[in-house]
Amino acid sequence: MSYYFTILSPSDAPLFNIAFGTSKSGGDGIARFRFPDSAQYMNQFVIHSSLDIVEEAQWMNGNMYLKHIDTYPPAAAYISAFLTPSGTRFLLLHQPPQPPSTSSTGGSSLLSSSFSGASSSRASSSSVAANPTSPQTEEAVRQFMNEVYENYVKTIMSPFYRQGMEIRSPVFRTKVTAAGRKWL
Amino acid sequence: MSTTKASRIGEELWKTRVDKINAELVTLTYGTIVAQLCQDYDSDYNEVNKQLDKMGYNIGMRLIEDFLAKSNVGRCANFRETADMIAKVGFKIFLNISPTVTNWTSDNNQFSLIFEENPLADFVELPDDGRAQDELWFSNIFCGVLRGALEMVQMQIEAHFVSDVLRGDDTTEMRVSLVRYIEDEMPPEEE
Repeated sequence: MSYYFTILSPSDAPLFNIAFGTSKSGGDGIARFRFPDSAQYMNQFVIHSSLDIVEEAQWMNGNMYLKHIDTYPPAAAYISAFLTPSGTRFLLLHQPPQPPSTSSTGGSSLLSSSFSGASSSRASSSSVAANPTSPQTEEAVRQFMNEVYENYVKTIMSPFYRQGMEIRSPVFRTKVTAAGRKWL
Repeated sequence: MSTTKASRIGEELWKTRVDKINAELVTLTYGTIVAQLCQDYDSDYNEVNKQLDKMGYNIGMRLIEDFLAKSNVGRCANFRETADMIAKVGFKIFLNISPTVTNWTSDNNQFSLIFEENPLADFVELPDDGRAQDELWFSNIFCGVLRGALEMVQMQIEAHFVSDVLRGDDTTEMRVSLVRYIEDEMPPEEE
């Protein structure tokens, strides 16, 4: 499973982003997306294209965690969203490792071969890595979002941070990485 | 007066005589002041340090009066006692922290205050412009407060920070040195 996490301001300006891989079931925490390395911007395209749905979903109920809201089938990318009360959006794109048989998504054959080892973990359907829409995954993502939210609040309390500024704090980045390792 | 007695006085006063306010209010207010100074002085951090020290000096000169009124303690016999009084009573009643007094020089005129916690610096991360980490002493207002307060009780001191966890150091340490006791000066005689 590979993840791309981004924070967007209420006016959709990107404040923070990070790519990482799963650390569960033997993962090494390094992101391996199906897009070739030259097309990593696809993550941003996919994630930003879900913003319309976020804006629809945000009024549906009072929850901050909107769960899995969008799927981009060509890349098997799943998007979960979390809204802070002030309208900052946390978006997480997750992409399960590619099973060896499918090769329709444009990932190079070199890339997909590197997944063959990891994809054996798909066998257990309850593991977070295997099934992006299972309740277990929703719960893990919720925990992750909450932990990031907590650290986000602390970070924006810093007097040198101004509303709408890019978050460059190395401490925050470390905390997000740690939360990813812990929950995803 | 021993260190433990000073701590006891501090505890007692903190419990009975002091009005408490929300710590985050203090933290955010002070943080805003520092951030604003950095902006006003165009990130000239040496100047910001100086301004913070000056603000502290003005606070200290008045705060000592409040301190003496609340604590009702008498004159300290020596500088060691003064140090304990600052750490265990002064910081305790105004900020509910008790920095450790340590690293005395042999002539008993210089010591260090080690701050294990610092309410002013919660949430703070220094700007990452490559200079703030080396130049800005975020809590420099403390130096001025001590200087101002002690000057009003006939002690001229010099105080500066030597390390700060905000800069990535292991401890937050302030060095305080006694310059001289200020003798009462007679007004110039009128001829």
